[in-house]
Amino acid sequence: MEIKVLKDILGANEQLAAKNRELLDSKKVFAVNVMASPGAGKTSVVLQTIKALKGKVRIGVIEGDIASSIDAETVAKEGVPVVQINTGGECHLEAIQIQNALNNLPLADIDLLLIENVGNLVCPAEFSLGEHLKILIASVPEGDDKPYKYPLMFNTVDALVLNKIDLLPYVKFNVDTFTKTVKNINTKVEIFKMSCTTGEGVQAWAKWLTAKMKLK
Amino acid sequence: MHELSITQSMLEIVLKQAEQARAKKVTKINLVIGELTGVVSDSVQFYLDFLTKDTIAEGAAVSVTLLPSQAKCRTCNQTFKLEEFDWTCPHCQGNIVDVISGKELLVESIEVE
Repeated sequence: MEIKVLKDILGANEQLAAKNRELLDSKKVFAVNVMASPGAGKTSVVLQTIKALKGKVRIGVIEGDIASSIDAETVAKEGVPVVQINTGGECHLEAIQIQNALNNLPLADIDLLLIENVGNLVCPAEFSLGEHLKILIASVPEGDDKPYKYPLMFNTVDALVLNKIDLLPYVKFNVDTFTKTVKNINTKVEIFKMSCTTGEGVQAWAKWLTAKMKLK
Repeated sequence: MHELSITQSMLEIVLKQAEQARAKKVTKINLVIGELTGVVSDSVQFYLDFLTKDTIAEGAAVSVTLLPSQAKCRTCNQTFKLEEFDWTCPHCQGNIVDVISGKELLVESIEVE
């Protein structure tokens, strides 16, 4: 006997994500899901954002990693509340983990919650966490062909930070080709060129982010 | 590892439906997977074999209908197949397109005894 089901496999995650979103909205917390491949500079962008907005926006951080608390320790030195999630092998964060993390953060004292996802360009694109913005950090050494290879990720995000632009003189990376490809896959995406090493582009990014928070 | 959590969620849906139908055994699970999700059906079967041990879905086969990625152009309203390197509309060269198929991840039906 065949039984028709027609149920979305990610439906349970979507429901939990919606609950997270409700909680975040009720506490007036703006959440950003930060995604990238390993080593693109997620933690560096988080740190630069904290520094750029110090005294203006109260920030909290959720660090997602397969293992270790290295990133959480680095971020905690900046004096912001941080929760580390170790996924224990899973390659992405899911809404249920965020639900638990939110219970361990002083939400009343946070305006902006930066959620650093597990380094991966595949699965995080499919799991909503309840965030208001999805952003992707791409970096110059990864090459300008990445949008071709991970179209869903590049299609899903609201903004893209192209990090490590200080390495452009040393790496074969065509910014125009990259930008054009990204825009072909995602017409609405905002692109920011940045170097976390020199600080170039950080202010423009921070300004856009705070404008987005106010629009909410 | 992406397929593990997807298979877990899928199995929850399957077992719930089978229970509601008072089925004794689930023999087959029919899935609809969009091309853009990158879910590998062999991996789903691998995790399913592992996760279904001692459940009524033990030994169930997975059948996947793969849906191609398609988009609809906002300028000329025509639909087209998304090519790997270019998401530009082949009809009018417009580049504001909506993905209308390819992100699916559904349990379509189950076969039970």
